Amino acid sequence: MKPKIAFFDFTSCEGCQLTVVDSLQTNVGLLDMVEIVQFREAMTEKGTDYQIAFVEGSCTRESDEDRLRAIREQADVVVALGACAHLGGINAIRNIYSIDEVRDEVYGDKGEWYETYQPRPIDAVIAVDAVIPGCPIDRDEFIAVVTQVLQGREPRIPDHPVCIECKLNETVCMYLRGEICLGPISRAGCGAICPKYGFGCVGCRGMISNPNLESMEEVLEQYGRTLEEARAKMSMFLTYQTLEEGES
Amino acid sequence: MTTNVKVDVHHLTRVEGHGNIVVNVVDGSLEQCELQIVETPRFFEAMVKDRPYHETSHITSRICGICAGGHATTSLRATENALGIEPTEQTVLLRKLNFFGEILDSHVLHVYMLVAPDYLGLGSVIPLASTNPEVVLRALRMKKLAGDVCEAICGRHTHPIGMTVGGFTHFPQRADLEALREQLIASRPDLEATVELYSTLSLPAFERETEYIALRKPDEYAFIDGMIASTDGGEWPLSAYQSVTNEYNVPHSSAKHTKNQRDSYMVGAQARFNVNYDLLHPKAKEAAEALNLRPKITNPYANAAAQVVEIVHSIEEAIVLTEELLERGVQWEEPVKPTRLTGEGVGACEVPRGILFHHYVYEEGFAVKANCVIPTGQNLANIEADMRELVPTILHEGEDAVTLKLEMLVRAYDPCISCSTHLLDVEFVE
Ligand code: SF4
Ligand code: SF4
Ligand code: SF4
Repeated sequence: MKPKIAFFDFTSCEGCQLTVVDSLQTNVGLLDMVEIVQFREAMTEKGTDYQIAFVEGSCTRESDEDRLRAIREQADVVVALGACAHLGGINAIRNIYSIDEVRDEVYGDKGEWYETYQPRPIDAVIAVDAVIPGCPIDRDEFIAVVTQVLQGREPRIPDHPVCIECKLNETVCMYLRGEICLGPISRAGCGAICPKYGFGCVGCRGMISNPNLESMEEVLEQYGRTLEEARAKMSMFLTYQTLEEGES
Repeated sequence: MTTNVKVDVHHLTRVEGHGNIVVNVVDGSLEQCELQIVETPRFFEAMVKDRPYHETSHITSRICGICAGGHATTSLRATENALGIEPTEQTVLLRKLNFFGEILDSHVLHVYMLVAPDYLGLGSVIPLASTNPEVVLRALRMKKLAGDVCEAICGRHTHPIGMTVGGFTHFPQRADLEALREQLIASRPDLEATVELYSTLSLPAFERETEYIALRKPDEYAFIDGMIASTDGGEWPLSAYQSVTNEYNVPHSSAKHTKNQRDSYMVGAQARFNVNYDLLHPKAKEAAEALNLRPKITNPYANAAAQVVEIVHSIEEAIVLTEELLERGVQWEEPVKPTRLTGEGVGACEVPRGILFHHYVYEEGFAVKANCVIPTGQNLANIEADMRELVPTILHEGEDAVTLKLEMLVRAYDPCISCSTHLLDVEFVE
């Protein structure tokens, strides 16, 4: 029997699910290897007997937690799909403000109207077995991780800095172009695509497990940049992590 | 004859985002007829607040994965208008080419993967892979082409990298453009096959004329910038967008509704077709002929067919554009610098689903206020008006048929429900 897989979306832009659809352009064979029983973005049928669940999006309200727990209960393997699910990502930008401030700002005196709380990654709520990082995810990495999960292996994603891939690309370093880049501490695997197209890395794939903060500081110093500037860059995708760190 | 019909489609599938269709007919009279939008808002206003001007396009692109390039382009235009930046001719051409990639990508996804299954009696495009593999392979091929266009210009389709305020940070090489031109030309048989496929589908018969609104330019079928134009007459500058959209709140939707000169209006491919038919590429006009489409199209189910016409237009115009770029050559240019850091501006684009507005206020280079009016929000009132007129005429067909026809109607609009509540400015009436 083919393993049954399901896709779920929480608060997200659905760009990662679309990347899954795009990954089929070069891997139509995937459809023969698995049976997709739920994929709201692309199909009407809804099966509930899945073994592998891919979860896109951040948890942004209490009722999301029940849905997440139900998925965890059913699935043997839960995979976080993309930065929203993996890190909180772009949704957590607003976490620097208190939830009341955000509601006042956006809703005015109807602040209590909508159910919402501080956006968080899904592993703040349930155990996650594997992560496909990025905003959006990388197509090839998606296929690679799915293949490993299907073979019952633990998926491996790179744990070295973006700078290594960037140097292989022979891209002119963003610091030489007068920009800040988080490449020295961010997780590779994206082919250092942002510097390649002229944008400093903002760490959408999260930080490596042992980020060498000293070498990051050295780079900053060498180019006359400040830690504040690097922190400002980190606030795009890593706000949840920096706030957690500040608390612990 | 059925006198009680209850339709409750919870989390409509094959649309972007979360919406419910609720129809309640009691003793033959329509008690309730709503497209409920239940998506959680993402508070984008709070997300861009206090961020530097060069980040807003990267943040707002994350409103929607399908229209990422559309949001980014609209955001850049709003920021440029706010900060007094005039992009160069080359920037305008490159953005246009990228935009054709965006329209192509989204329309192919919609016409092949989201709409076609309904007409073929399938729940998704997946069974089609074994019954009609050539159709699925063609769709994937066309999507790849769209992705390749965006990749050559901006690095990737979902969340473009190389576009920035005032220009680009990366430029395609001559060889990239040559390869694109070849690929675009080679896709013409796929275009023909797409037109042919859609000419065989029979749309539900339903006509309801409404107001159609789209951007208009004197000399081209507008996608980026222009005046706001209506089939009911009238043209407005972008800065007057709020007097056209007149947003208002309804209790059953976390996205606002809009109206202009009537109770509702329609935006999207069909509206663009109705407003700008005269400016379509001749090959697109031929496709319209083959699909039996003439302005004004008043059957909303035909929106997907209008998208097919725009697919042809996008590819043909993209060929013209790549040739122009090859002829003039692409130079490395530094992005144009802001002439002021405090200011207010509106930007507008015809993204795949219709007219999109971004509006920012910057102080000293940081965003202090943001607003965004999204196509699907503008279509909601019109979809409900269609539903109210359609339901009584099809009640006798029974609940299943009513449900399917309503789902198909909502899907025809290609609603991007996740976007419509990712409003930057959300307010509720009591
Ligand atoms: S990680 Fe990025 S691309 Fe993926 S859903 Fe979230 S915002 Fe969209
Ligand atoms: S700092 Fe950024 S641009 Fe420089 S080498 Fe590292 S990843 Fe590349
Ligand atoms: S370069 Fe950085 S921001 Fe860009 S995709 Fe890679 S990890 Fe993400």
